[in-house]
Amino acid sequence: MGEHQILLEAHDVAKHFGGVKALHDVSLTIRRGEIYGLIGPNGAGKTTFFNCLTGLYKNESGHFVFDGVKLAADAPHKAAEVGIARTFQNIRLFGNMSAIENVMVGRHLRTHAGVLGAITRNRSTMTEEAAITRRAEELLHYVGIHERAHDLAKNLSYGDQRRLEIARALATEPKLLALDEPAAGMNGTETEALRILVEGICRDGVTVLLIEHDVKLVMGLCGRVAVLDYGEKICEDVPAVVQKDPRVIEAYLGGSIA
Amino acid sequence: MNDQVKTSVPWQRHWMAVVLIGVVLLAVPFVAALGGQAWVRIANFAILYVFLALGLNIVVGYAGLLDLGYVAFYAVGAYVYALLASPHFGLHLPFWVILPVGAGIACIFGMLLGAPTLKLRGDYLAIVTLGFGEIIRIFLNNLNAPINVTNGAQGITLIDPIRIGDFSFADTTTVLGVAISGPQKYYFLLVALAIMVIIVNIRLQNSRVGRAWQAIREDEVAAKACGINTRNIKLLAFAMGASFGGIAGGVFSAMQGFVSPESFSLMESITILAMVVLGGMGHIPGVILGAILLTALPEVLRYGIEPLQQAVFGRMIIDPESLRMLIFGLSMVLVMRFRPAGLWPSPQRRRELAESAN
Repeated sequence: MGEHQILLEAHDVAKHFGGVKALHDVSLTIRRGEIYGLIGPNGAGKTTFFNCLTGLYKNESGHFVFDGVKLAADAPHKAAEVGIARTFQNIRLFGNMSAIENVMVGRHLRTHAGVLGAITRNRSTMTEEAAITRRAEELLHYVGIHERAHDLAKNLSYGDQRRLEIARALATEPKLLALDEPAAGMNGTETEALRILVEGICRDGVTVLLIEHDVKLVMGLCGRVAVLDYGEKICEDVPAVVQKDPRVIEAYLGGSIA
Repeated sequence: MNDQVKTSVPWQRHWMAVVLIGVVLLAVPFVAALGGQAWVRIANFAILYVFLALGLNIVVGYAGLLDLGYVAFYAVGAYVYALLASPHFGLHLPFWVILPVGAGIACIFGMLLGAPTLKLRGDYLAIVTLGFGEIIRIFLNNLNAPINVTNGAQGITLIDPIRIGDFSFADTTTVLGVAISGPQKYYFLLVALAIMVIIVNIRLQNSRVGRAWQAIREDEVAAKACGINTRNIKLLAFAMGASFGGIAGGVFSAMQGFVSPESFSLMESITILAMVVLGGMGHIPGVILGAILLTALPEVLRYGIEPLQQAVFGRMIIDPESLRMLIFGLSMVLVMRFRPAGLWPSPQRRRELAESAN
């Protein structure tokens, strides 16, 4: 496997809260262009791993190498800048802004207009503003909620809010899209639509890191899966193997399976 | 063809509204002068407060940072003007040098305040900014020793009026047979400044920076995850707001010819914030309305209560000054009770509050 095929490497990432070890020397490797699943029981440290990766938490030891460069991710906006975009387990949209404005905020990172440009409305600012609007419209189309473009984000249905969050994340032009339980609270039809969307995103060249509880979704979607339990990675392989791993079964069902 | 006809109607209305507002703005200082120059000065203060409130609107209304020390920047601007254009230091720089310098120094103070408060929100931010406002006032009060910088509580007097060549804003000039007094000249200057700040507010609202401010207001963590450098964007809001405060302070200094620390009390900060909140946070016409009402109402009450009591009761029953504050306070409570989104909220904000009530 060539170096250029690896997008993200986590090396012995550890994080604790007081005496609780939320992550214990977790290492994993995500390849370019794959959909990588991160599963585990509640409280296993999946979201903590996400938060360390995206700079919301500072890990005590270990580090991430993203696209060949060591991440100095002490600030979330820097993680976004190098190309890691994320969604949140409990949806975090800008509720009182319209759907399209939410996506336009996602373009902030890749645009440049400042205060002077906004006040003078010079040509470059206006061109940029038009490009932002156009791109936001495209992305709303892409995730399939363009008809709700001018509704306030908080008035969208639950499934649409999840989609909007993905559109906003995509607006930052990520190389890695990290989805934190995108199917939580969705019914079967919505989950299926989400599966198709995530597959499409991956096909269009964005690597996906997926935290999910819906085992069926993960097994159908992911190329490889890692399992966390009590902050430790207990298994990493293709879904078919992971499913049969005794440590995984034990972690999920509790106790021994003898 | 049909479309052109349709769109031309709103444009005509638009222009009619602009012309109408223009005529009213032009007439105000002359109509007010019929009641004496004092009324022109009141009109001037109303416009000055429009300017201040719209500056604060950037910080509070757009970025959602509750700033209770806004008057500090107003004070900084006022004192910069006073020190650079009065006999106190013997400096008499022209206004077009001082106003930008004042705005710049206020801007630096804005960032000084912003930097340590970046991690604070809501109530906590309000408390720290409140403290900052008081610190500035106390400094101004005590910086007369060992070196006399601010002349302490006595304040600085004989501040130069704004002058362009030989044209002074303090004297009366006759243009085409119409006498224009000093306050009337300041009125037009203030209107020009207010129009400038209105344009800045409108244009910032729907811009990349404006959206980033709103995003921070809505959800700071999500804003960070979208790649917004929240530190810089928040500092920018503080700096912008503070610069407008600095300009307003400079004009205040020139107009009054006198500044002292007591003009910059906490009450002043609260009044400016009340203008923003009462009018309709984040909504430009609302903020303008709030500023005009909160400046005009106390003055109308000041001049109206005494004759009213004489007429109704034949004598003075309640001290006009206490009654004035009583009515003022009561009307604020009533507005917040029955129009919580402000007197003239943005359509969107009205919707939000209606929804959260249901």
